[in-house]
Amino acid sequence: MSTLVIDKAGPTRKLGSMSRDRAWALRWSYFFLVLFAIFFLTPPVYMLITSLKSSAEISAATNPWWVFHPTLSNYVELLTSNQFLRFFWNSSIISIVVVIVTMLISIPAAFALARMKFWGSATLATGVFLTYLIPDSLLFIPLFKMLAMIQDFTGITLLNRWYVLVFIYPTLTVPFCTWIMIGYFASIPKELDEAAIIDGASWLQTLLRIFIPVALPGLIAATIFAFTVSWAQFLYPLVFTTSVDQLVLPVGITTTLIKGDVFNWGQIMTGALLGAAPPLIIYAFLMDYYIAGLTAGATKG
Amino acid sequence: MLMADVSLRKVIKRYDDVEAVRGIDLDIADHEFIVLVGPSGCGKSTTLRMIAGLEDISDGDIMIGGDVVNDVPPKDRDIAMVFQNYALYPHMTVAENMSFGLRLKHYPKAEIKARVTEAARLLDITDLIDRKPKQLSGGQRQRVAMGRAIVRNPKVFLFDEPLSNLDAKLRVQMRIEIKKVHQKVRTTTVYVTHDQVEAMTLADRVVVMNKGRIEQIGTPNELYHKPATRFVAGFIGSPAMNFIPCRLEDAGGTLQIRLTDRIAFALPSARAARYNALPRTDKLLLGIRPEHLTESHAHLGSGVESFDTVLDVTEPMGMETLVYFGLDGTPVCGRVDPNAGAKDGAPMRLAMDLNNMHLLNEETGAVL
Repeated sequence: MSTLVIDKAGPTRKLGSMSRDRAWALRWSYFFLVLFAIFFLTPPVYMLITSLKSSAEISAATNPWWVFHPTLSNYVELLTSNQFLRFFWNSSIISIVVVIVTMLISIPAAFALARMKFWGSATLATGVFLTYLIPDSLLFIPLFKMLAMIQDFTGITLLNRWYVLVFIYPTLTVPFCTWIMIGYFASIPKELDEAAIIDGASWLQTLLRIFIPVALPGLIAATIFAFTVSWAQFLYPLVFTTSVDQLVLPVGITTTLIKGDVFNWGQIMTGALLGAAPPLIIYAFLMDYYIAGLTAGATKG
Repeated sequence: MLMADVSLRKVIKRYDDVEAVRGIDLDIADHEFIVLVGPSGCGKSTTLRMIAGLEDISDGDIMIGGDVVNDVPPKDRDIAMVFQNYALYPHMTVAENMSFGLRLKHYPKAEIKARVTEAARLLDITDLIDRKPKQLSGGQRQRVAMGRAIVRNPKVFLFDEPLSNLDAKLRVQMRIEIKKVHQKVRTTTVYVTHDQVEAMTLADRVVVMNKGRIEQIGTPNELYHKPATRFVAGFIGSPAMNFIPCRLEDAGGTLQIRLTDRIAFALPSARAARYNALPRTDKLLLGIRPEHLTESHAHLGSGVESFDTVLDVTEPMGMETLVYFGLDGTPVCGRVDPNAGAKDGAPMRLAMDLNNMHLLNEETGAVL
């Protein structure tokens, strides 16, 4: 029995100093995490509070951080408004199509740039990233002119149609997603595709059966990025669409709920909250699949 | 049975201006286990990858089973390869990893299952068949990688330093496993390693490479006892062969070899006859392995000469003691009996077995 006690005492003391270090590290972590949480959660909380108020209460001189007469009327009004549902629908369909288009272009492009060494592939990979660095506020005028010219030549209506955004958003999403995927594909050991090649796989089979499953976390990161960019994009839809039935959510909320100098704050906040919901849901859903270290076991280590 | 001999004819690999492989000629017989060995950067891995088809060859021909495969893609060469870092598909189970190649070729399910089961049994990994690679130890992963090669029943196995990532003990175990597997499967094998012990223990024939060229091809014993060049003599064997500057002298009708001002030995008659024609002015090296430098006995056999020296350092290894001393500034290593009384800094009388000596030209490195 006595040896058992001694055995226990030894490691406990060692663990003690270890855990003291750890405790301090944790304290600092919590301190900064709480600080950041307050910083980032204050606006949404304020939005939530405001969205539960009637217009009368918002303009009344009461404590803005408290709801005295909670009401869901803002939510009911927005969710029964065909206009708002139309914005929501436009945003959804555009974002989904853009994500699909982006993936269909980015994955093969990244695979080619990361693995099939060909003349100029390195330069091309850098070039892809550089295009992403050009701000959209510089691009929208030339893009508008281009689309106007195409429209004039072909007679196909492009401007002021929601689907024009499906062509424009990939100019933002494809370069960045390709860049992310190049990084992920490059981190896959070279021997893995050599093994696949010797096993008799074609390039396409190597991509579909080895690279995509192995780089799934990267694929999900790219998907989340493409979706977020499409969903939250403001400048391009503001420029390229004007009719109310063609608007997407961020533009729709600000253009229809602000009339002159009258701000319908309750509905603006409600609309913004509802608009933030889909990305949140998608994050929560995809995070389950976002398992880091999926390549563990492929090679040494 | 398909013939699976591999031939390389004047194979050259150039990267831009650098020649990594400089004209290799090699014939590997069916069922043979060939080991390519050499220091890093000697071109052994490049040679293997050219046989695999993972690298284009710049010049020359590679033949597998009599067919030139220079422009045949890897998948049509009927080869299987085991990589240093295993290269298992991380998202597939052991069984899926092993059957991937067969599934791509649309083999019937029953046959795939039979082959995987058989290979798993052979490699003793039947219990692991449903696990993912990350749940396996290094040795188990390497077995799976070998299983992936075996199930395809290829003409040639290619191993690229398969044991280098394993710890020393496991490496010895797996070395024996690989030998056993080859005894059962008898597939022509080309095996690359930088470890001369692996090369000696596994190979039917060893190919020693250096700077993109083949130094010597031979059975492990040939390389050990009859090295053709200084590089081979020094590379094969551990501790390495000693090279002691020396010169030939005629002394009273016999040929003798002078190591230092003080030490000169008469050559055994067979050696004397062999070296007699050499110019006495050549700069020569005496090559002698540590095991032929032992403690001196009262009755020395013919061709064994004794001399006195002072030891610098001794290393007791258990079954033997390594002794280090200098001959005119050249460090020399000998192997003596642990009970011979060798001590650091102490004088000792040693015996050199000249029947097992080598004489090398210092400038060309050729063994004379």
